Amino acid sequence: MRRKVIFEHKLLPYLLLAPQLAITLVFFIWPSVQAMWMSLLREDMFGLSSTFVGLENYVRVLSDPGYVAAVRRTVVFSVAVALLALLPALLLAVMVDKLTRRVATYRVILVLPYAIAPAIAGVLWLFMFNPSVGIVAAGIRGLGFAWNPKLDGQDAMILVILASAWKQISYNFLFFLAGLQAIPKSLLEAAAIDGAGEWRRFRTIVLPLLSPVTFFLVTVNVVYAFFDTFGVIHAVTQGGPAKATEVLVYKAWYDGIIATDFGISSAQSVILMAVVIALTAIQFRFIDRKVTY
Amino acid sequence: MATIDIRGVRKSYGATEVIRGIDCAVADGELLVLLGPSGCGKSTLLRMVAGLERITEGEIAIAGRVVNALEPKDRNIAMVFQNYALYPHMSVYDNMAYGLRIKGMSRAAIDAAVQKAAATLELTPFLARKPKELSGGQRQRVAMGRAIVREPDVFLFDEPLSNLDAKLRTQMRVEIKKLQGRLGVTSLYVTHDQVEAMTLADRIVVMHAGAAEQIGTPMEIYARPASVFVGGFIGSPPMNMLPAEVAADGAALTLAGGVQLPLGQSLGAEHRGRPVTLGIRPEHLHPGAEAPGALPALVDLVEALGADTVVHARLPGGAALLCRLPGDSAVARGARLALHPAPGALHLFDPASGRRLPEG
Ligand SMILES: Nc1ncnc2c1ncn2[C@@H]1O[C@H](COP(=O)(O)OP(=O)(O)OP(=O)(O)O)[C@@H](O)[C@H]1O
Ligand SMILES: [Mg+2]
Repeated sequence: MRRKVIFEHKLLPYLLLAPQLAITLVFFIWPSVQAMWMSLLREDMFGLSSTFVGLENYVRVLSDPGYVAAVRRTVVFSVAVALLALLPALLLAVMVDKLTRRVATYRVILVLPYAIAPAIAGVLWLFMFNPSVGIVAAGIRGLGFAWNPKLDGQDAMILVILASAWKQISYNFLFFLAGLQAIPKSLLEAAAIDGAGEWRRFRTIVLPLLSPVTFFLVTVNVVYAFFDTFGVIHAVTQGGPAKATEVLVYKAWYDGIIATDFGISSAQSVILMAVVIALTAIQFRFIDRKVTY
Repeated sequence: MATIDIRGVRKSYGATEVIRGIDCAVADGELLVLLGPSGCGKSTLLRMVAGLERITEGEIAIAGRVVNALEPKDRNIAMVFQNYALYPHMSVYDNMAYGLRIKGMSRAAIDAAVQKAAATLELTPFLARKPKELSGGQRQRVAMGRAIVREPDVFLFDEPLSNLDAKLRTQMRVEIKKLQGRLGVTSLYVTHDQVEAMTLADRIVVMHAGAAEQIGTPMEIYARPASVFVGGFIGSPPMNMLPAEVAADGAALTLAGGVQLPLGQSLGAEHRGRPVTLGIRPEHLHPGAEAPGALPALVDLVEALGADTVVHARLPGGAALLCRLPGDSAVARGARLALHPAPGALHLFDPASGRRLPEG
C-alpha cells in the first residue's frame, strides 16, 4: 500500500522550493529574459540610448560571414571534443570495470581532472604545449612536427580540443563505469558460454545495454563543448590566433564584452540558448524511447 | 558420450578454501544434482565446470577431455542461470539464436532450430517479445530454450527454478525432468531444495562446507544417510537426532532419559559402552501399545497439515522428537504416545565425526 504524502500547510511546499526557485530566477530566468529583450534593441555608439529594432540583430548575426564561420568551427570543435571525451572514457571505464581490486583508487585518480577549474586546466595545457617552454611541445617538435599554437590556427584548435576533451573524460568515465557495473555479469557469462568472444560480447551485449548512458553523454558532451569550454579557450588561446578557435560561445562573449555590441551579443546568446533547449529536448525524446529495452 | 569427471577439485579465493577436494563423475545422459545449504560451494563447483571460475587444483574433464584450460565457449556446454540471464535488448527469438549465429549456422538452419525449441517449450507465440514482456515462468522457458537449441554435450543448471512460485516450480520441475530424459543430455543441476533434488536426480551429491558428504541415488541417500548432516538435510521434517549410549552387550541403546531401545543387531566390541548419535526419521515412528522398545513421548504441539500430522513431542530426558503421522490421526496436546521405530529405521552415527557407523 502506498500512501500519498500530503502537506498540511499550503505554504510549506513553496517555502521549501523557494531557495531553488530564487537561484533559478536570479541567475537563469532573469538574465535570459534580459538577453532576449536586449537582442531586440540597438544601442547608439556611445551606449547612451537604445532603440527597439525588432529582429534586426538576428538578421545581422545570421548574415555575418564571421558568424557562419564560427558555426562551422563550433561544429568541428564540438564533434571532436565529444568524440575525444567519450571514446577514451569508455576505454578507461571498460578497463577499470575488469579490475577486481583497487577499483576505488583508479576511480579517484581518473576523476581528479573533473575537479580542476577550467581556467586552471587551460593554463596547465597552455604550459605543457607552450612552443617555447612546454614539455609536450618540445616532444612534438622533437618528433619533427612544426608546433606553434600561438601562430598556427590549426595547432591552436587541436590544443583547445585536447584540453577541453581531457576535462570531460572524467565525467564520462564515471557514467560509463556506472553503466558497465549495472550490466549483470551473468549476461556476459551467458554470452561467453554461447560462444561469444570478448569483442563480440562488447559489441552485442555491452554496447547496446550501454546505449542509454551513451545517448545521455553525447548530449551532455555537446552541450559542454558548446558552453563550458569558454574557460579553457579563454585561458589557452583567447579565441585566436586570428579567431581560429573562436567558437560561438566565445564570439558571443567577445562581441558583447570586448566589442560592446550588446544587441548582437544578446542575439547570439539567445540563438545558443535555443540550440541547447533543442538538444535537451532531443535527449529527453531518446531517453523516453531508448532507455527501456 | 558426454561424461563429466571431477577429480580432486579444489577452489580457493585467496586464503579461504571454498571447495575442498571433490571427486565425482556424471555418466552419459545422467542428471546429477548438487544439493547443499546456501554457501556450501555448489555454484562455485558448477561454474568451474562451465569455465566461469578458474580451477585452483584438480581436474575437470568433459566428454573425456580435460577442460581446465579451455574457455567456456570451447567446452560445448549450455547453462541456465538462476536469474535466467536473458539478453534484455533482444527478442526471445534472438536470445535463442544468439549462440547459433556465433557458430555461423545458416539462417535457415537457425530458424529451424529455434522454431523447434520454441515449439517444444510452447514459446512460439512469444518469439517476437522482449524478455521483460514475459512472465517468470516464460522467461525460465526461454532460458531453457537458449540452452537446448545449441545441442550441447552438457547442461548446467544453477537453481533454475528458485525464482518461481511454488506451483510453477513443481510444474517446471517435471518438465525439466521430461525434457532432459528425452534429450538424454548429461546434466549437472544445482539446488538447495531437497524435494527438487529427490524428484529430479538420477544421483545426488550432498555437499557440505565445500566437500561432498555423500553421493548416491535419492533413495540410497534417504535410506542410508552417510552422516548426521545428510540425515538432517534430506527429509522433511528432518531426522530426529538423539544422543544415546550403546549398551554393554552391544545389542541395545540407552537414551538420555534412561529409555532402552533394542537395536535388532549386535554392534562390534569397539562400540560397546560408547556414546552414539541415534537418527530416526519422523515418518518411521508409529504409535502403539506401551512396550519395551517403544519411546514414551509427551505431545507438546500438533501440526495438522492435511495429509500428514506432525507431532512435536518430548522424551523423558527432555529431548525433542518429531513424529509424522497420517493426517487422520487424532492426537491432542498433552497426550502420551508410545512410539515404535519401524524395523531397520535406526541410524547410528559417531557423535565425534558425525559419520555413519559401519553396519555389522
Ligand atoms: N568471488 C568470491 N570471493 C570470495 N569468496 C567467494 C567468492 N564467490 C563465492 N565465495 C564464497 O564461496 C562459498 C561458496 O559460494 P557458492 O556461491 O558456491 O555457494 P552456493 O552453494 O552456490 O550457495 P547458494 O545456495 O547460496 O547459491 C561462499 O561461502 C562464498 O562466500
Ligand atoms: Mg549458488
